[in-house]
Amino acid sequence: MKNHVLRPLWLAIGLVLLIMVARHFMVPEDFGVHGDSFTYNYYRLSNVDEWKDFPVKYQGRERCSKCHEENFESISHSRHKKIQCENCHGPAAGHPREVKQLVIDRSREQCLRCHALLDYPNSRRGMMKGVVSEKHKRKFECSKCHNPHNPNLEDR
Amino acid sequence: MTCSRRQFLKDTATTTLAAALPVSTMVFLTPGELKAAVENKKTRWTFLVDTNKCVGCGMCVKACKLENEIPYDAPVTRTWVERYVITKDGEAHIDSPMGGRDGFIDDKIRDEVIDPKDITKAFFVPKLCNQCENAPCVQVCPVGATYQTEDGVVLIDRDWCIGCGYCIMACPYGVRFFHPVTKTADKCNFCYHRTSKGLEPACVQACAFDARKIGNLKDPDDPVAKTIATKRVAVLKDEYGTKPHVFYLGLDENVR
Amino acid sequence: MSPDLVVHGVEWTVKELFVYPNEFIYWSIQIVMYPYMTGLVAGAFVLSSLYHVFDQKGLKDIAQFSLVFSLALLPVAALPLLLHLQQPTRAMEPLLTPHFTSAIAAFGIVFTTYALIVVSEIWFVYRKYFVEQVQELKGKSGIANTMTRLLYQVLTMGAYDVSDEAIAVDNKAAKILAGVGIPVACFLHGYAGFIFGSVKANALWMSPLMPVIFIMSAVVSGIALCMLTYIIIMEWQAFRNRRSADKSVQIHGAEKAVVFEAGRYLLGFLVAAITLEMLDLIFRGYTAMKSWDILRSVMYGKDFFNIFILQYTLGNLVPFILLLLPKLTIKRTVVALILILFGVFMMRWNVVIGGQAFSLSFSGYMHYHIPIIPHSMETFKEGLFGALTVIAIPFVLFSIINKFVPSLRSH
Repeated sequence: MKNHVLRPLWLAIGLVLLIMVARHFMVPEDFGVHGDSFTYNYYRLSNVDEWKDFPVKYQGRERCSKCHEENFESISHSRHKKIQCENCHGPAAGHPREVKQLVIDRSREQCLRCHALLDYPNSRRGMMKGVVSEKHKRKFECSKCHNPHNPNLEDR
Repeated sequence: MTCSRRQFLKDTATTTLAAALPVSTMVFLTPGELKAAVENKKTRWTFLVDTNKCVGCGMCVKACKLENEIPYDAPVTRTWVERYVITKDGEAHIDSPMGGRDGFIDDKIRDEVIDPKDITKAFFVPKLCNQCENAPCVQVCPVGATYQTEDGVVLIDRDWCIGCGYCIMACPYGVRFFHPVTKTADKCNFCYHRTSKGLEPACVQACAFDARKIGNLKDPDDPVAKTIATKRVAVLKDEYGTKPHVFYLGLDENVR
Repeated sequence: MSPDLVVHGVEWTVKELFVYPNEFIYWSIQIVMYPYMTGLVAGAFVLSSLYHVFDQKGLKDIAQFSLVFSLALLPVAALPLLLHLQQPTRAMEPLLTPHFTSAIAAFGIVFTTYALIVVSEIWFVYRKYFVEQVQELKGKSGIANTMTRLLYQVLTMGAYDVSDEAIAVDNKAAKILAGVGIPVACFLHGYAGFIFGSVKANALWMSPLMPVIFIMSAVVSGIALCMLTYIIIMEWQAFRNRRSADKSVQIHGAEKAVVFEAGRYLLGFLVAAITLEMLDLIFRGYTAMKSWDILRSVMYGKDFFNIFILQYTLGNLVPFILLLLPKLTIKRTVVALILILFGVFMMRWNVVIGGQAFSLSFSGYMHYHIPIIPHSMETFKEGLFGALTVIAIPFVLFSIINKFVPSLRSH
């Protein structure tokens, strides 16, 4: 007689079973706790390798120096020696094979990143050689006078 | 009647217990266990930012966006540089236009001209993900789509993130955002694809002023680990108990 | 704008002073709708349980109705979350790989449990009716009749025993489920409050009172909506009855006794909700932690109208007075109910949107401009029309469900 009372319960159990089956098929096999804690280490393990395989774009100046020895040499004696080639020449991934020519950023804005005059006391920026762009040879690219690889005008 | 009320109370108690069950699945480690577990690992990536050295050129932001394929003109970014200008009245004028991607080439802050004579101090502060030891963003992810790797970096599984935004809300540092293309949560991961190949993160490489450095806290000979051990360093918002792993030299009380 | 520049949140966020670059109002109108709709579900169920468990006979009519209405509201409690997800196709993942340290992870489980309880209770209450329908339709021919009979046959789940003992068992089961349902309904909603209250990064949200405040205001809004819908439907039926020629059936409209009885419970929960909210506010002001400066400037400045005029005055104080003044009429109750529903909505708004009205830097503000005219899927979902869709669906669902599970028969 009491039999029918349990019918909604069977429905509930059926639903739970359905979720269990779905879990079996839809959760990646390497999903689980990989580490010490469920709080911070519950994840899909293969994702770590996926991130490791993310393509690298910036190659670093050592790679550039292999072919562009002269330019590398010239800049490494100048006050700009700390600046990476790719900061102005752009990321070198695929160069020279797929990307024949890198696009060089010769804009005034590129130089102004460091050399726009900001009169800040107690700041390294305040010590940089700076110009007020609107008042300094507005119509020209900086490289017209200053060689980025050797920016000192006296050395030219 | 009395019987069914007792029955009701009993059922109530059982349900409450059953509802509390999931909580028991959380794994709590004793401090000793935790210490042992952490000490056994070989690498703990750590960042060191020297705000004394930063000039606000923003090359790090540019490099980060290009390296990590964050749409260049989108207003979100994995790392950014903030400018703080403190005036004589004690007020802090803060800005970070486009995250400092194009550097700071204007002395105006949000169209406000500040007389250089009024400035008592001014400085730049680079920001990035703190790769917290107790990452609140990881704790709140409902599906395990963000996690801490063995070497301490917090990663996001772009194929598993449901895009609920809870992690974005949980981060006290505001480093997370929705990637406009993948439509999943995104943030700095110390250029995991580079560090795992022995390269520096793109922002570190692009910095011409040594303001940004990465190191391994577990390696006693590591220069960054040495600096953190011997110099007076600070972290951002430690009151949240997140144990951030981006350390700062020359951090000012005005920094938010 | 090129598609890869469409950053979630940019569309409706306006920044003021210094805000971190990645900060936007990521949780917008749908996250306001989510606790609001969940609250209505929980409240409706609690109201029905007051009759089933605690034998509040005066609530019998409205209890039947609010039970079925809470079923119609159920799917809509989950809908806002689905509409808000950036990856809606992955919505089942919280059931597949639940990360229980997250408050959201349990949503699927608690929600499903609760749904099962509501459905089962309705089944026990209406099983006799289903069986009767099957028997009544047995002799009749025609496709419509056959289809309806089939539906009722499915609804009986093969349990045709309608002897007195069996019905007694049904009643007992319904009573137990109603009892179990109360803590589960409170859990469902209290934990919606926990989702917000546990975010330590957010100075406005983080409070252990948040879950309790959410439960109280949930019950308030749930009871209010049930009463309001009940009154409207009953009055509408009475109105039609007066217009029609057939005078053999007499429908009187909403029972004053029923409405006023429910109103008393409403007032009780309303007082509890306001007390807790005030406690929270006073505590924040008195302890004046680091975040208080910016919180104060938001609450007493930028959001003053939303919080103190719309929510507390218009949404709480005015209906409170309306319900307490002597010689209460149905009309005045309706006005009070509408104001209460509005007040609870504003409370959700002020929590969700207000919590994102200031930057994590405590040095800037964000303003929310809800998209009105949609020009993309995103601006529809997270805009005015998305919210209106969510509000409209339960009424459509109820009108369908009520055809097969009549909850408005007079007893």
